[in-house]
Amino acid sequence: MAGLELLSDQGYRLDGRKATELRKFQARMGVFAQADGSAYLEQGNTKALAVVYGPHEVRGARSRIRHDRAVINCQYSMATFSTAERKRRPHGDRKSTEMSLHLKQTFEAAVMTQLYPRSQIDIYVKILQSDGGNYSVCVNAATLAVIDAGIPMRDYVCACTVGFVDETPLADLCYAEEGGGVSSLALALLPRGGQIALLQMDARLHQDHLEALIEAAMTACKGVSKVLDQVVRQHLQEASVPSAE
Amino acid sequence: MKDTPLSNCERDFLLKAIEEKKRLDGRQTYDYRKMKITFGTDYGCCFVDLGKTRVMAQVSGELVAPKENRPNEGIMFFNIELSPMASPAFEQGRQSELSVKLNRQLERCLRNSKCIDTESLCVVSGEKVWQIRVDVHMLNHDGNLMDAASIAAITALCHFKRPDVGIQGDEVTVYSPEERDPIPLSIYHMPISVSFSFFQQGTYLLVDPCEREERVMDGLLMIAMNKHREICSIQSSGGIMLLKEQVMRCSKIASVKVSEITELISKALENDKRARKAGGRCGFAESMPQERITALKTDETSVEMTDASERANDIVENAEVPPQTVSSPVVPAPGVGQKCSIQFQPEGGRNVKTKTEKMKARTP
Repeated sequence: MAGLELLSDQGYRLDGRKATELRKFQARMGVFAQADGSAYLEQGNTKALAVVYGPHEVRGARSRIRHDRAVINCQYSMATFSTAERKRRPHGDRKSTEMSLHLKQTFEAAVMTQLYPRSQIDIYVKILQSDGGNYSVCVNAATLAVIDAGIPMRDYVCACTVGFVDETPLADLCYAEEGGGVSSLALALLPRGGQIALLQMDARLHQDHLEALIEAAMTACKGVSKVLDQVVRQHLQEASVPSAE
Repeated sequence: MKDTPLSNCERDFLLKAIEEKKRLDGRQTYDYRKMKITFGTDYGCCFVDLGKTRVMAQVSGELVAPKENRPNEGIMFFNIELSPMASPAFEQGRQSELSVKLNRQLERCLRNSKCIDTESLCVVSGEKVWQIRVDVHMLNHDGNLMDAASIAAITALCHFKRPDVGIQGDEVTVYSPEERDPIPLSIYHMPISVSFSFFQQGTYLLVDPCEREERVMDGLLMIAMNKHREICSIQSSGGIMLLKEQVMRCSKIASVKVSEITELISKALENDKRARKAGGRCGFAESMPQERITALKTDETSVEMTDASERANDIVENAEVPPQTVSSPVVPAPGVGQKCSIQFQPEGGRNVKTKTEKMKARTP
């Protein structure tokens, strides 16, 4: 994609955003009645669906039972129609296993698992349309779903993918920006304490730019946390209006 | 086979030692274990020893059809095998979480950073390109498999030479190594990963954890850099929470370590090139040390001894005077009519008679 100009001279990106602007955020909680918690999230054109079951008894391997905390089981999958070319993705392939491991690691840090010993919490995330920032959208959707399920967490887990183009950090990358060898950093943050739950970076970036990139990612994540907070409060208001009458 | 769980006292011992900035093998916090790189007889075969962790990497190439969306680029394929010979916890054939994690980390470290010029691997655009396959086998697991694997993979890629190819019109001829000299790959830079392990919720940090330290760690941060101070990949794993300052500090430590390791790799490659040119014997069998029963020799590890020797001196000085010993006492055996001619008289004046003397005194 040599011809595409990711950041124009006036500071506008491919879709007209400024460098630090996030994509349009739309979220809905409590989408499924059957699941304990569920959420649907759209960040720009990336759409993700997250479903949480739990805490319940550990199913399957009894060896996974932990005597002092709950086990978190994550599964990440992409729908076959999610990318531009329809691609049948086998369930156990390496990329989705890696993503599931990362999600598990992120939520093990944030969910207060010590309150539910000898149990299991399942988090299933499915990408319905993929337009960049898959991991971040999954984490945000899963956070909303966990809150909807009523499982206590230390803080909101907000994630954002940032890239570095022309000495400027770009927040919330889309698919066209992610390809083409742009250094992209995915960060999952607990905003109140500034603690990083997961940090992942690909492609070459000079060491001197690292601090600026992490700073930009943390600012973007704090922006995401404000939006998530708003979504949760609105959902609670809608749910509580009948009882107020 | 399931891993034997670590006993509580061993875990407490390790954590307490780390709090006092002591490691099991006497290293400092930021020290790597002794690293040794050897090459096999073929081009592209390399063994890396990181302390007791042993890893082998083999690079091979073959001509295949390219991918549809990239018709003029070669293909790189990475594979890490956790062989059961490395650790009883590894099972043959089963793709465990660790195997997926290591594979993906190595792929991201080497492929996404574009360390190899894939366009030079193209022979006929759209029809034939070189597929370079890197297989890394774990031979012994003593901690920090990721670093050893990344060093082995990039060293093997630097060592590998692919066969020369000639194109005449539509015909493609692959020359064997005897006909034409093989060509090395064009490598832009050498990404090397450095692993940091965190303990006690991120309070303590160690570089290059050994297997025991890995069992008690909270989480791991892997930073892959090259010697030009460019970060190729960062990956945090385990359920730890990091702060931005910790990440920045780790990246600074990593840049120092990477330049040291890159120098070691270049030196090893130089030595091997010289040895091959001089016609000397090279290869895996030559590099194994002769381990005869009569000649047992291990490498010396420099251990920080000052405070231990101070304590030892203190103990010796403050200890009580040991009881006096006679140079060669004669102990009379029972039932033997020995004449005891030496009279044992200790300092202090007590007159202690020996057993035979007492017997003599009794017998009239």
